[in-house]
Amino acid sequence: MARITLDRLAHAYRSDPKGPQDYALKEVHHVWDQGGAYALLGPSGCGKTTLLNIISGLVRPTRGRILFDDRDVTDLPTEARNIAQVFQFPVVYDTMTVRENLAFPLKNRGVPREAAGRRVEEVAHMLDLTRVLDRKARNLTADMKQKISLGRGLVRPDVAAILFDEPLTVIDPHLKWQLRSTLKELHRSLDLTMIYVTHDQTEALTFADKVVVMHDGAVVQTGTPDELFARPAHTFVGHFIGSPGMNVLPCRVEGRTAYVEGEPISLALAYPSLPSAGRIELGIRPEFVSLQAKGQGLPVRVRRIDDIGRARIARVEMAGRPMAASVPENLAVDGDEASLVIDPRHVHIYADGHLVPGEAR
Amino acid sequence: MDRPLNNRAWLLVLPVFGIVAFSAILPLMTVVNYSVQDTFGNNQFFWNGVGWFQELLDPSKELGGRFFDSLWRNLLFSAIILSIQVPLGIVVALSMPREGWTVALCLVLMALPLLIPWNVVGTIWQVFARGDIGLLGWTVNSLGIDYNYVSDPLDAWITIIVMDVWHWTSLVALLCYAGLKSIPDAYYQAARIDGASRWAVFRTIQLPKMRRVLLIAVLLRFMDSFMIYTEPFVLTGGGPGNATTFLSIDLVKLALGQFDLGKAAAMSLVYNLIILALCWVFYTVMTNVDAEKKEVEA
Repeated sequence: MARITLDRLAHAYRSDPKGPQDYALKEVHHVWDQGGAYALLGPSGCGKTTLLNIISGLVRPTRGRILFDDRDVTDLPTEARNIAQVFQFPVVYDTMTVRENLAFPLKNRGVPREAAGRRVEEVAHMLDLTRVLDRKARNLTADMKQKISLGRGLVRPDVAAILFDEPLTVIDPHLKWQLRSTLKELHRSLDLTMIYVTHDQTEALTFADKVVVMHDGAVVQTGTPDELFARPAHTFVGHFIGSPGMNVLPCRVEGRTAYVEGEPISLALAYPSLPSAGRIELGIRPEFVSLQAKGQGLPVRVRRIDDIGRARIARVEMAGRPMAASVPENLAVDGDEASLVIDPRHVHIYADGHLVPGEAR
Repeated sequence: MDRPLNNRAWLLVLPVFGIVAFSAILPLMTVVNYSVQDTFGNNQFFWNGVGWFQELLDPSKELGGRFFDSLWRNLLFSAIILSIQVPLGIVVALSMPREGWTVALCLVLMALPLLIPWNVVGTIWQVFARGDIGLLGWTVNSLGIDYNYVSDPLDAWITIIVMDVWHWTSLVALLCYAGLKSIPDAYYQAARIDGASRWAVFRTIQLPKMRRVLLIAVLLRFMDSFMIYTEPFVLTGGGPGNATTFLSIDLVKLALGQFDLGKAAAMSLVYNLIILALCWVFYTVMTNVDAEKKEVEA
């Protein structure tokens, strides 16, 4: 059992990193608590797999340390860490039966045959693999194989954390949901730390208690799904999480009013500490912007209205800037002229992409 | 679903039939024709029925004796070749670099022997292994070992085997290398996490993933060595005595040396049938492997 601490980690695949652009993973300082369910969320190439491989020991970081509890494991090889990993494409040992696959890590570690056998039965029961224990592993479907990979991690009594590298990529959509709930159940019953890498926000938000959002090699925000939604710490998080993502508009702030292309938007807070230079932006989620008939708020031009099932989203232009807004159920829009009403409590101000805390002065 | 049947489509196959008839079926029929006749030259032929075949398959007859001698010799040769080249090829493939500029270098070096014409390979080794001017032969002799591939049957065998290993191991190695390259990194990473030893990685990941290419390598190397002609013909001419007279060398001796067309025709048909039968065995084994794979995906 372990708490995993990433102590000022950074990694560059080049051997002679010069500037920050050479780093696939910029300095990260983070603590994964024992027993937490975490998701590492970010687009392809943001460094999340690199971070995962550093934790499992497949990659040695250029700088920084990894601690399991208080033990420095930076230089320990993968097999000496109490970590298991499930990969994007299911890895099973083709020639072996499911039972032999599950017993493999124990056999390699010299666990007596009988104890190993019992443990395999237990884990197979947990993962609902008992029926297929004596079948060849390669004859099974992708989701079964993924369970076997997971099972090879679970059989080891020493495993403190299980890492998942986009484990549902090759799984059929209707089985994805099942496998994900299996994972959640296991997490609840086993007191294991789980770190789940994905670029799919739905997977991350439904699986994890805490989501770590990465962008361009750096962690931009760590928080619960609610926090990520309500207070994105970076415009990237605003964009990336939510569908559609947050509206981000360049603006000028004066007192409790922000001006977007000259249109005033009132704010709930004041921002006296805004830097004078740099990019100032206003962020507001479409959920808190409602479309109204012409003349009731900021004038906009409606481009189109998308019905996304549980809601309607209007694509509008405000002073030439594209925005998304929610359409109230009873509103009928005729013509392309309408107006927007923005809830000031949910407006955030960003300086150079980072959230600026407001003051209620 | 109903597909419209149009028998005129067969007309499109006719040109191929024509070509195959002239290039394969007619020559083969000529051989069949020879195999049931005897000739004393002068283009005069006499009906002999299955006489040649009876003689050929009876080891107590002169013809049968030499045929079975060459056959066993050839099978032994193929067995030795396979038992050296396959393990050696795997070892070479495993020790080749997986990335970097050395990969290209290795591939080119490995491919070189495969690009040399077979009679040139024979000539190279004929000179190389000579005791008086050949680097290999001279070196071995000056080490105090009595070595002469022209007069000693064992030396002749060793020379031919070493030559064939030099010539063809690259093929096995390149095929295995291709098989190894197709294994995703995740397998090796998973094995590390599972604490697998180097040997366990080989047994449980690399060897199973190389199974297909190894089957192809074994098939190719077996057929090639079973039909070997050029290199031993150039190197030893089948000698000393008949020590390195493999089936195809024997066949040429019989047909062109002694001009026994009937016997040679019977022998080449039986030789052909053996090769076809072995091909069938390999084909069946390989498709069975495929079928197993299919079942997996289903």
